[in-house]
Amino acid sequence: MPHPITQQTVREVARLARLNVTDAEASLFASQLGDVLGAIDQLKKLDVESVKPMPHALDQVNVFRVDQEARGMPVDAALMNAPDKDEPFFKVPKVLGDGGGA
Amino acid sequence: MDPTKTTVIELRDAIASKKVSAIEAARAYLDRINKYNPGFNAFREVTADYAMNRAKAVDEGKVSGKLAGVPIAIKDCMCHVEGTTACSSKMLEHYRSPFTATAIQRLEDQGAVILGKTNMDEFAMGSSTENSAFGVTRNPWDTTRVPGGSSGGASCALAADLAAATLGSDTGGSIRQPASITGIVGFKPTYGRISRWGLVAFASSLDQIGTFSHNVADTALLCQVMFGKDKLDSTSADLDVPADLHNVDGPIHTDGPLRIGIARQYLQEGVNDPAVTAAFQQALDVFKASGAKIVEVDLPHTEHGIPCYYIVATAECSSNLARYDGVHFGHRTSTPTPPGENAIHHLYCQSRAEGFGAEVKRRIVLGTYALSSGYDEKYYDLALRTRRLIAGDFDTAFKNCDAILCPTTTGPAFKIGEKSDDPLAMYMNDIYTVTANLAGIPGISIPGGFAQVDGKTLPVGVQLLGKAFDEERLLRIARLHERETGHGHVRPILK
Repeated sequence: MPHPITQQTVREVARLARLNVTDAEASLFASQLGDVLGAIDQLKKLDVESVKPMPHALDQVNVFRVDQEARGMPVDAALMNAPDKDEPFFKVPKVLGDGGGA
Repeated sequence: MDPTKTTVIELRDAIASKKVSAIEAARAYLDRINKYNPGFNAFREVTADYAMNRAKAVDEGKVSGKLAGVPIAIKDCMCHVEGTTACSSKMLEHYRSPFTATAIQRLEDQGAVILGKTNMDEFAMGSSTENSAFGVTRNPWDTTRVPGGSSGGASCALAADLAAATLGSDTGGSIRQPASITGIVGFKPTYGRISRWGLVAFASSLDQIGTFSHNVADTALLCQVMFGKDKLDSTSADLDVPADLHNVDGPIHTDGPLRIGIARQYLQEGVNDPAVTAAFQQALDVFKASGAKIVEVDLPHTEHGIPCYYIVATAECSSNLARYDGVHFGHRTSTPTPPGENAIHHLYCQSRAEGFGAEVKRRIVLGTYALSSGYDEKYYDLALRTRRLIAGDFDTAFKNCDAILCPTTTGPAFKIGEKSDDPLAMYMNDIYTVTANLAGIPGISIPGGFAQVDGKTLPVGVQLLGKAFDEERLLRIARLHERETGHGHVRPILK
């Protein structure tokens, strides 16, 4: 069963995901995701009202460690893959003022 | 002896008894990689100098252990301080990990010689290795066909004897499916058995590291080394590793006769290739002949496995991949911010647009959609409830059987390009494998024979699913099949 997904929806969702998509991608994804969501619609026939969601394979709750000081990753290791840096900081374009724009 | 025509255990023993040196073994594999990898593209990166130094350390007695001198290749999504860890993505093309994955560390602590990184579908998203940013990998049995995915470089490398063993990761079948269609053993242990520390996350509640090898005994040895609690991964299971795990010829402990479960949901008419059906039937006959009782079990929610999986996996992927922001590591765009746009927003959006390939983008969009306000109950919550039904099917089934026998795939390897334009058709590849990930149970694909297609001989596998944390028994059952059928000894003739 096809599921209507518009290019506009793809663009909105992609924006939520901080992902630029081209017009061609928006068009292609709209039709492909429509097919996939159509196939997924079969789940709707299940009666799951009384079934508890299962977010994880293990029935595990929060795991705590001892609140003890420990060595973390050294700054130079954390920065070694940074596209741009000004040690000991990651460097990004200006976010506020002129750079903000919105 | 030719070190590239052995098994992990044979090679380890040959090195220990000085029949061959670790350097000779490493050299033999590296030569073979030089010769064959250009045709197969199994490796994304070969760290030859590192491997030779490690082999030298073994020969000099500086490194020893259960895997001393055994050359092993690693899927490109496992971090290693040597070389790059790219997840076969442009996003991480130059990424050098500041740490090593626990699974790899445990292999190296036992003397393994790491050869390099194997190609994969970008961020492990795919079933054919056609989604790599570094080109497709080819199936050594027929180079016009895929080696499976997402661990296709690892399956190809092992099947073509470019490594003595390889590591993969399995989120929805990414070890078992490629193993099945390249004629080797592929094992996904129970969720939590092997630490995920250093495994680049795709879908954290499903991802599991596992192995490719030529036989079940090698699989068991590698698991013996890698299993066990790791304080760096809070989801790793705090359970003792069975001391006899490696002893795959040991007794299969059961109350009464061994019970092999079969489910009609895996055997629907017209779905499976005749060679797959024949492999399944032969396995059934072998178990029957060895005194096992065949039990029909019901897995009524199997048909919902794919839709459930593709919601859970994409939702988790959209969250996990949010870390690739062009700021901390990975690709950053060099395009200027368009007038009127927020600079940091542009940096995020455009870096991700340039760094990710089509399938990754598709899944991020699908996952974000499934988690977005107004749709989360309709999709994500519904999928989580379905997941419990699927896990419950297995709980019920395992009350009446010790393992479930089923196909791994519906057919042998498909052609490169055959399904790459149709995501839904590609997703259906995982029909027999995803439910084990959703439930967290272990699954193994073992060689089951061959199909003859267009004059080519193509391998098919069979799959055995076990109870959570029951790997010792599952591997012994798999070994019984291997011993009685004799499958797994034929290796492809390479051109």
